[in-house]
Amino acid sequence: MSEHELSENELSDHGLTDHGLTDQVPAEPLPGGQPTGAAVSDRDDRGPRWAALRRPHVYLPLALVLLVFLVAAFPQWFAGWFGHGDPRECSLIDSNATGRPGHPFGFDVQGCDLYANVVYGTRASVLIAVLVVASSTVVAVVLGALAGYFRGPTDSVISRVMDVFFGFPALVGMIILLNTIPTRSVWTVAGVLALFAWPAMTRVFRASVLETANLDYVVAAREMGAGHLRIIASHVVPNSIGPLASILSLSIGGIITAEAGLTFLGVGLRSPAISWGVQLNTAQRYFTTDFHLLLFPSLFLSVTVLAFVLLGDGLRDVLDPKAK
Amino acid sequence: MVRYVVRRLVYMVPVLLGTTFLIFLAVYALPGDPVQAIAGPGQAVAPAVRAAIVAKYHLDDPLLQQYLAYMGRLLTGDFGTDLNGKSVGALIAASWPVTVKLGLTAWVLGGLLGVLLGTLAGIRSGGFLDTSVLAGTTLVLGVPYFVTAYVAKYVFAVKLGWLPPSGVSDGWPLSYVLPAVCLAIFLVPEIARLTRASVLGNLQSDYVDTAIAKGLGRRTIVVRHVLRNSLLPVVSVLGLSLGYLISGSVLIEGIFNMPGLGFAVFRGIAQHNGATVVGIGTLLILVFLLLNLLVDLLYGILDPRIRLV
Repeated sequence: MSEHELSENELSDHGLTDHGLTDQVPAEPLPGGQPTGAAVSDRDDRGPRWAALRRPHVYLPLALVLLVFLVAAFPQWFAGWFGHGDPRECSLIDSNATGRPGHPFGFDVQGCDLYANVVYGTRASVLIAVLVVASSTVVAVVLGALAGYFRGPTDSVISRVMDVFFGFPALVGMIILLNTIPTRSVWTVAGVLALFAWPAMTRVFRASVLETANLDYVVAAREMGAGHLRIIASHVVPNSIGPLASILSLSIGGIITAEAGLTFLGVGLRSPAISWGVQLNTAQRYFTTDFHLLLFPSLFLSVTVLAFVLLGDGLRDVLDPKAK
Repeated sequence: MVRYVVRRLVYMVPVLLGTTFLIFLAVYALPGDPVQAIAGPGQAVAPAVRAAIVAKYHLDDPLLQQYLAYMGRLLTGDFGTDLNGKSVGALIAASWPVTVKLGLTAWVLGGLLGVLLGTLAGIRSGGFLDTSVLAGTTLVLGVPYFVTAYVAKYVFAVKLGWLPPSGVSDGWPLSYVLPAVCLAIFLVPEIARLTRASVLGNLQSDYVDTAIAKGLGRRTIVVRHVLRNSLLPVVSVLGLSLGYLISGSVLIEGIFNMPGLGFAVFRGIAQHNGATVVGIGTLLILVFLLLNLLVDLLYGILDPRIRLV
């Protein structure tokens, strides 16, 4: 609602200043017109960005994503809802039993409460995904800025290294690497996922830096004697970050899927770690007789990934309008 | 065209060297015990076996020489020997037909469905079908594909009994339908979305106006003019989707017990058989590189503009 009023006000503001300028210097409108127009659309953006939060296809997945983060951070708040919040409290007599009061999802192979285990499983998935996406983003920003800003040999080296990683069907590459790593913790799994996650993000950021680095204000900053570091940090990176920011949520969804897939295959986390992948890996042996073992971890996994994908789709429209 | 082919081939060289060197580093040269890595983590290795592995893989030689020896083995088709003393090459020879059949079926299915849905969504953009395709593809993107595969197997094979739940004993169409569909529906979102965007863009171009002005029917315009031009970018996505098909085959063949290359990797992991995993994994990567090269060349044939870039 208010963004329309705002932009109209600003338009008339600029109209006024333009008039003021033309009165004094007749040659001004042409060169001066460009940055003024950019400023209008720039401030114009801020309105829709906040308005976007009020759109259901942004705030619904956003609420779900926040809930997922909350469950990952404090699983103990949610696991005890039905009175049996300890995922390690098991009795073999209940092995693979289906749901009953107090244990809505039933029990796993070891006779542990499945609901508590699925809730605690959120943590490993989300932690790994956040670690991977955070570290890949840092790498993508640094390498993408270097490649897109300096071009030439720097760009060639970085781009050829990326080509090598695009040469892998990622899952197969990760299987080979993880298969040779003897200790598999959250850190090693995250490390291998990050190794294959940075190239795609770097490519996106490099492409937008390539565009930004030629814009007038960057050229102007350079003419004024600003150093490379300053130009990159205060002009290029902030103005190129949109497309990268818009794929972060999608990337988290992709990493969660990949981690669950690797763990499911047996090259990711291992029991006694509590994770959806481990639960699915165990469940596959019993799935014809005890489908609930497979159903509930799958459900949580799918809803989580879907939330990140939907949020990513919604945010892309806001953060990267050019992507349409 | 010749220059384009040569340039593509030259492009391949660093990628090929890079990927193989990375695998080589990970398996043979990382700090840690390469013998253990080859034998599979957690396996007890007898001293005689250890000595044999060190001798076979030249583990005492300098790094570069080891890498050259490794490349030599790859190029002569020696993908190693598994723990039971069987050559991985023989396993590959026995299992590739299953993977090729599964992959091609899924590729064709996914490609056709993606183009069909994308075109329909594009020519009626904003309509009910368009919205459903968008919602459907998002749903597919959100649900991990091994989850879909298990649910499909449970519903259609175990509960309803329409299709065989595992193995390939029922031959090509019957045993392959369910796994191929599971693999194919994950190709659909990207292809459908790209086709839709491409069709939408082309509908607004001048030659469509010309065709309308000539009095051509809507169907002719869409099929003969718009679709032909819209499919070009889709070809490149078909190439990229090969990576997904190859990765997906490991999970899908594993879930449906199909004795292909992916299944061999799946079982190799479960049995801690490092040589199988590394050997077949490397082969899959080489195949992926080769197929990508072919798709690039095909793209160059279909679209002359690409040769000039």
